[in-house]
Amino acid sequence: MTTLPTHRRPSERDLSARPEHSPDSPLSVHALTVAYRRKPVLWDIEYEAPIGRLVAIVGPNGAGKTTLIRTCLGLIRPAAGRVEFWGQPYRRVRTRVGYVPQRESVDWDFPVSALDVAAMGRYAKIGWCRPVTRSHKAAAMHALGRVGMDRFATRQISQLSGGQQQRVFLARALAQEADMYFMDEPLAGVDAATERAIIEILRELRGEGKTVIVVHHDIQTVPEYFDDALLLNMRVVAAGPVSEVFTKQNLQATYGGRLTLLADAAEALARAGRGEIP
Amino acid sequence: MSTPASITDAGIDWPTLGELAHTLTFTAGFNAAVVVASASLLGVAAGIVGAFALLRKRALMGDALAHATLPGIAAAFITAALLGGQGRRLEVLLLGAAVSGVLGVLCVQLIVRHTRLREDAAIGIVLSCFFGLGVVLLSAIQSMSVGDQGGLASFIYGQTAAMLPRDAVLTGVVALLALIAAALLIKEFTLVCFNDEFASVQGWPVARIDVLMMALVVVVTVAGLQAVGLLLIVALLIIPPAAARFWTDRVRTLVILSAILGGLSAYMGATASALLPRLPAGAVIVLTAGVVFAFSMLAAPARGLVAVGVRRVRLSARISRDHALRELVVREKTEASAITPAALASEIGLSPPAGRWLAYRLTRVGLVEREGVGLSLTDRGRTLGRRIDRNHGLWQRYLIDQADVAPSHVDLSADLVEHVLSPEMVERLEAKLTHAGGGAPA
Repeated sequence: MTTLPTHRRPSERDLSARPEHSPDSPLSVHALTVAYRRKPVLWDIEYEAPIGRLVAIVGPNGAGKTTLIRTCLGLIRPAAGRVEFWGQPYRRVRTRVGYVPQRESVDWDFPVSALDVAAMGRYAKIGWCRPVTRSHKAAAMHALGRVGMDRFATRQISQLSGGQQQRVFLARALAQEADMYFMDEPLAGVDAATERAIIEILRELRGEGKTVIVVHHDIQTVPEYFDDALLLNMRVVAAGPVSEVFTKQNLQATYGGRLTLLADAAEALARAGRGEIP
Repeated sequence: MSTPASITDAGIDWPTLGELAHTLTFTAGFNAAVVVASASLLGVAAGIVGAFALLRKRALMGDALAHATLPGIAAAFITAALLGGQGRRLEVLLLGAAVSGVLGVLCVQLIVRHTRLREDAAIGIVLSCFFGLGVVLLSAIQSMSVGDQGGLASFIYGQTAAMLPRDAVLTGVVALLALIAAALLIKEFTLVCFNDEFASVQGWPVARIDVLMMALVVVVTVAGLQAVGLLLIVALLIIPPAAARFWTDRVRTLVILSAILGGLSAYMGATASALLPRLPAGAVIVLTAGVVFAFSMLAAPARGLVAVGVRRVRLSARISRDHALRELVVREKTEASAITPAALASEIGLSPPAGRWLAYRLTRVGLVEREGVGLSLTDRGRTLGRRIDRNHGLWQRYLIDQADVAPSHVDLSADLVEHVLSPEMVERLEAKLTHAGGGAPA
């Protein structure tokens, strides 16, 4: 659990003064600050993910949940700080990290089938200019089977329900056979059957010793579905086993809107960045 | 400077059937054959490359690019003329075209990145400014005392017939290269077009793949300038894949179909142009593609407008059938006398003629029978009507109890949804409502 940051941009010396992170940890985040158009959305994030556990990232809208995982995956360049996987930078371990983006992030009218999408999880293994061979297709099919979507393999993806589309996305990540996974709201707006199927898969992955970090919108179900929680509201409010961090006090600090000062400061920075004088 | 062939000129020599057959089968002399073949190949390449531009939602970028080539062509001509006098060499002009086309695309990206303007506005600005600059340069060339300025304007409208065989070969080779590149990289292109962020997380160099796709658009555009002209070349990139999309749901099929449609359009257009040199070839090629598109839009089996229209009419017929049956079921409980078709129509909000037609249809399929001037339900009609009434009630109750919809709004929504409830959804509704403790609808 960290306190409010005292430095906006910690220098290298500040970083070295922080506690060492173990190289075994699948994900460690050091002093991470992220800004959109100069407006900071994450302040001084410090986090170390445990091995083989299901972690929920929870927090209100605009807390920076999606931004945090997108930054970990190198899709957003941080203003400061660094992210390591198993003690190495992300670009060295890409194939070991799987990603399930938000369902709304793609055009589902795209002319591909469910199997085509699942097979995309194998493309990195297949390599440049080579066609998808039968064995890779079989692996993609197997992944579809794990999420109960093998019956719909040849369906064009726009003809699937929202929950089925979400399962196809999950199958694509499974087909990659990664060692840890990031999932962005996989349970948002899905039917009960899909929710059960996804939770089942999460537990299987945990059983294989993999860490799964899930952005989750429903705090009611966190204690039931997840082992750990990361309470986020522009900064880390608390992180650790659900039983320890899910206290009334922490939840209030996350959702209670007590961080208006931080939000106002971010807004002022953004205005200054646009050249407007406060 | 030669003006583009006038289509109002009445002096067209219509070809004989024999000439037509010769041109279509590449036996009308070497030149005509090379021109038609290279234009067709260009159409194929544009179809393939355009398919990915369309899937990446960047089709209009091709238009900005094409318009931005004009100042490059003019500048290349001026430079070459000043240096050595050999201005109208195709390679030089096309190089100039490519450079300024790419500059135009970069300008669009610069504007989008550093301002709050959206891409459509940026494309509009860049496209018109570059084209304007090109027009100014062209008129400057006209006033220069260098020879052989003729034909520069043919890059604007395209003039397939004016192509020399070596120009045609150059076009063909370039088109062939684009085709091979696209065929090799179909997997990578598809991935980036569908979900660029996932591709990037997987370690694919998305920016470089994007550049490659854009480069193919550049190559095809520049190669097609002479045959189709810069005003219309974008049509050859957009129309074939857009037409192909109506027929298929698979990228591979889409690319192949798009290639065929593009090739076919270019083949027909170039043939027409070879036979009738006064006909503007680019326009003929694009119009051919347009006809293919219109046909696809109307007639394609799943996505075509006719098919969609038929499905919509069927649904509305089913909705009025459901409404009529439900009305009859409800009425049976309270009234003894049968209802006339006109009265039924007004009850369910149809015009009297529509009511008579509905009564005729329902009688014919045996859901309703005539009873004097009135209508009454058959056993089959009653069973169906009761089921519809029950679904309506279930959905209404679900909306009030579970979805928290105001009762005053419920009837309208229930009326729309009840017709599309599948048996499986009805089962789930029942389960949900019994679970919640039941109770009569509010």
